[in-house]
Amino acid sequence: MASQPIILRASDAVARRQLVSRLSRYLFLGSTLIGVCVLVVLAYDTIATGASRFSFDFITNYPSRFSEKAGVRPGVLGTLWVLAVTVVASIPVAIGTAIWIEEFAPRNRFITIVKINLANLAGVPSIIYGILGLAIFVRFYDMKQSILAGGLTLALMIIPMTVIAAQEAIRQVPPSLRDGALALGATRWQSVRHNVLPNAIPGIMTGIILAVSRAAGETAALIMIGGFTFIRFDPGPPPVNFDALLDSFTVLPIQIYGYTIDSRREFQANASAGIIVLMIGVMTLNLIAAVIRERFRRY
Amino acid sequence: MSVTPESFGGMTEALRKRALGHPGEVLIMALLVSCAAVSLITTALIVGVLVRESATFFQDVSFSEFFLETEWQPLFEPVSFGIWELVAGTLNVTFWALVIAVPLGLATAVYLSEYAHPNTRKLLKPVLEALAGVPTVVYAYFGLTFVTQEVLRPLLGTENVPVFNALAASIMLAVMILPTIASISEDAMSNVPRDLREAAYGLGSTRLEVAIRVVFPAALSGIIASILLAIARVVGETMIVAILAGSTPNMTLNPLSGVQTMTGFMLQVGLGDTQRGTVDYQALFAVGMMLFLITLLFNIAAYFFVRRYREEYE
Repeated sequence: MASQPIILRASDAVARRQLVSRLSRYLFLGSTLIGVCVLVVLAYDTIATGASRFSFDFITNYPSRFSEKAGVRPGVLGTLWVLAVTVVASIPVAIGTAIWIEEFAPRNRFITIVKINLANLAGVPSIIYGILGLAIFVRFYDMKQSILAGGLTLALMIIPMTVIAAQEAIRQVPPSLRDGALALGATRWQSVRHNVLPNAIPGIMTGIILAVSRAAGETAALIMIGGFTFIRFDPGPPPVNFDALLDSFTVLPIQIYGYTIDSRREFQANASAGIIVLMIGVMTLNLIAAVIRERFRRY
Repeated sequence: MSVTPESFGGMTEALRKRALGHPGEVLIMALLVSCAAVSLITTALIVGVLVRESATFFQDVSFSEFFLETEWQPLFEPVSFGIWELVAGTLNVTFWALVIAVPLGLATAVYLSEYAHPNTRKLLKPVLEALAGVPTVVYAYFGLTFVTQEVLRPLLGTENVPVFNALAASIMLAVMILPTIASISEDAMSNVPRDLREAAYGLGSTRLEVAIRVVFPAALSGIIASILLAIARVVGETMIVAILAGSTPNMTLNPLSGVQTMTGFMLQVGLGDTQRGTVDYQALFAVGMMLFLITLLFNIAAYFFVRRYREEYE
């Protein structure tokens, strides 16, 4: 004798609530996919317009009145030079600050102020860093509208976000490593140098790379420094000449801006091709950061 | 247990003394402290430069003109420096960007935190993070050539949509802040303890009810923080508004008119070769001061909300 299966059915009100809940999933999913769609359309549109102009010549040519001959060479070289200055100037300061805050600073009101200050600096608009660089580096220190002034301005801009990422990485190192070193008689710096830093380096690297990729796309701050210029020479005669630091410059994002606001329609393809070059660089940096993060995920 | 002054008391004191006896250790401490000083000096310099140059500006232009006039016309006669017209431009794009980005960002956060399968989440989060990594000049280009030309004009009629309009700027700003709102809110929602959800399910709530009535209120301080940070970013963003919204100051919240924002004006001055000492150059710093104060307000408010939600559940 087969037993009668018991069927539990939700009553009207409950059924309605459950239906609404089930449908809500698609509403939320749909909203999430809008962001994804924008990225896809953006990538497709850029490649569709820019692919025809994107070539090796485009990267190695100087700007020109003719859209087919124009290239982004000064922008690419300028970006590399400016970023080199930014990296050299910002990394030691950012790591030093993070170590001091996490490992050495006294826990009092002063450190709270330092932390609030950092959080705020990380949110200061880039154009404010631009006018700071204009007033301090370009005018006061008389560096003119140079690679050095641009690089130092971007360094000030990315230090706060790099510090915050480095702090996070240092906090992830288990306290037992520090305690062990200290118990064996290491000084505090020795424990930081040999136990904390080696374990925090992957996280710190990720933070630095993401900050540099932010700096690579920065436009407004460098326009304020005077990067919106027409350049037809390479910074510093090869191979490497440090006088180049005082040369005027432009960067890739500013060249893209120039092509974007150009009223001649054929230059739009150049803007797209420039964006392809810039995005390849930025996405490569982001990818490296993601790989490091996954590879060294330990604690 | 970590070695902190609180936990180790006298022991740490002894260690610190020993460290200070070591000359190398003292040198390193001095280096680290000077690194940390850089950030404090940066803030001091920002404030110093803005105050000094604005002071010169206010010798030529009275406070009452700056804050009471309603017209911003620094380049043509009769010149007029009424900041509110620029503030209105910023308010316009900020308002419409939030109208678009807040619902979408929060819906994304709810989906990722409450609905998505862990694998889906693993797939979607990097895509959203990629949106955050796109340089804003790229968004500006996309807004000009695609959003205005291919979407807004066919949809609303070419005669209704000027080439430079606040709506295209707002849409691209919304895309820019979407990851900020989504990822910080998602973080806050994921941190809501499981017990709260399970108690609600046990009482017969559906998934939607748990998300809206339990998780959402519990994560509220994180959600507010994400929106405040997004506002600070929108107010300070330059390239998108400079390229898309135009350069005509306009006191309106109408999204279909061209406006100039505070940052838009600053970039306009930066593009020209304005000489130091001219009133335009000084106006740059006065507007910068206003911009700095507004973003400072939102950043500090966000800092305290973030700290509150961290304290609540971590």
